[in-house]
Amino acid sequence: MGDEVILLNLWLSPYGMRVRIALEIKGIKYENREEDLSNKSPLLLQMNPVHKKIPVLIHNGKSICESLIAVEYIDDVWNDKSPLLPSDPYQRSQAKFWANYVDTKLYEIALRFWRTEGEEKEAAREEFLECLKLLEEQLGDKPYFGGNNLGFVDIALVPLFCYFYTLNLYGNFIKEEQYPRIISWAKRCTQNDNVSKSFPEEQKFKESISQTRTNLNKE
Amino acid sequence: MADEVVLLDFWPSPFGMRIRIALAEKGIKYEYKEEDLRNKSPLLLQSNPVHKKIPVLIHNGKPICESLIVVQYIEDVWSNRNPLLPSDPYHRAQARFWADYVDKKVYDLGRKIWTSKGEEQEAAKKEFVEALKLLEEQLGDKTYFGGDNVGFVDIALVPFYTWFKAYETFGNFNIESECPKFIAWVKRCLQKESVSKSLPDPHKVYEFVVEIRKRIGIE
Repeated sequence: MGDEVILLNLWLSPYGMRVRIALEIKGIKYENREEDLSNKSPLLLQMNPVHKKIPVLIHNGKSICESLIAVEYIDDVWNDKSPLLPSDPYQRSQAKFWANYVDTKLYEIALRFWRTEGEEKEAAREEFLECLKLLEEQLGDKPYFGGNNLGFVDIALVPLFCYFYTLNLYGNFIKEEQYPRIISWAKRCTQNDNVSKSFPEEQKFKESISQTRTNLNKE
Repeated sequence: MADEVVLLDFWPSPFGMRIRIALAEKGIKYEYKEEDLRNKSPLLLQSNPVHKKIPVLIHNGKPICESLIVVQYIEDVWSNRNPLLPSDPYHRAQARFWADYVDKKVYDLGRKIWTSKGEEQEAAKKEFVEALKLLEEQLGDKTYFGGDNVGFVDIALVPFYTWFKAYETFGNFNIESECPKFIAWVKRCLQKESVSKSLPDPHKVYEFVVEIRKRIGIE
């Protein structure tokens, strides 16, 4: 059966990256379609009428929205290999808990760090590092949160690290000696083909981010 | 094997109510433990060290946190009766999407309604009604969001009904006149014992909100 899989995306969206990584891990052929968020396509508006956001996964004409829901869907449908979630119900619930933690805490704090200055920025930095401590503990000695292979939590988290890793102009943000496991996990992930295929091209990324910062500073 | 199931909860919490309904639907015997949120028990702090919040389900000594994750866990473990999620991956993804929508909209907007005034409150009311109308559309002609029986979205959503009297009184509006289909659906849910026995009296919730408003200084 020929599956038609389309991903409506924005090249530097960390949420879009999550879905791409999942598709790559499963070896699914898909078409990545770039959206212009200042001029959203009729397809996007039709496929995600509720939130009108990317990423949107379109499988044989039917849309699935919200990145982690799309990742879980991919795991459900292409369930013959490379499981992204554990089969044990308790382990599954823990993976979902930590992915939810990444979503509701880390991304929100990172955004705050990104957008603020002075005291607020410092407070966000502190909060972020607290979260990182917890994740460091959770990871433990495992190569990935998912164990020997990338799993749900890795997929949720790694795009954020793409941002930090590439922008090591903010290099002092995460000191390697304080978070050795997370740093080595991040390195391991970037060396993983499925992940690196889903990252934007480094130079283009750096240019875009510094342009955004310049624009932000102009406001 | 005798399962030991404990629910750490707080009676007016819509998140706790979700789990009560799921446990009742599955016919699971459990011990309900009321938490005093101003004096959290060592068990709660130990079971949910990350967020320190209720509800927490403790199954044979292992804690699971975050209400929708708990409901999915209950579904996974007690999978042989009263399915709460569809078996089809696409419909499952849709159920998760709408439960996520409830999480993102109903709780926050409801909270704004009873804690704010003036323009902020008006805006929240408008968005709240829009959200309920969108959910009404989703329900369509079905008896429940889950089809012939209550499912994931019904369980995620119906507990907020117990807070409607509080929203209506402090927001000075009538939800039934704006969203009659929604209220009709609520009434159908309440005819189910699993729901009616899991929900507190809206009057009591209203009195609780009056107390809270006094305590946090909103006149």
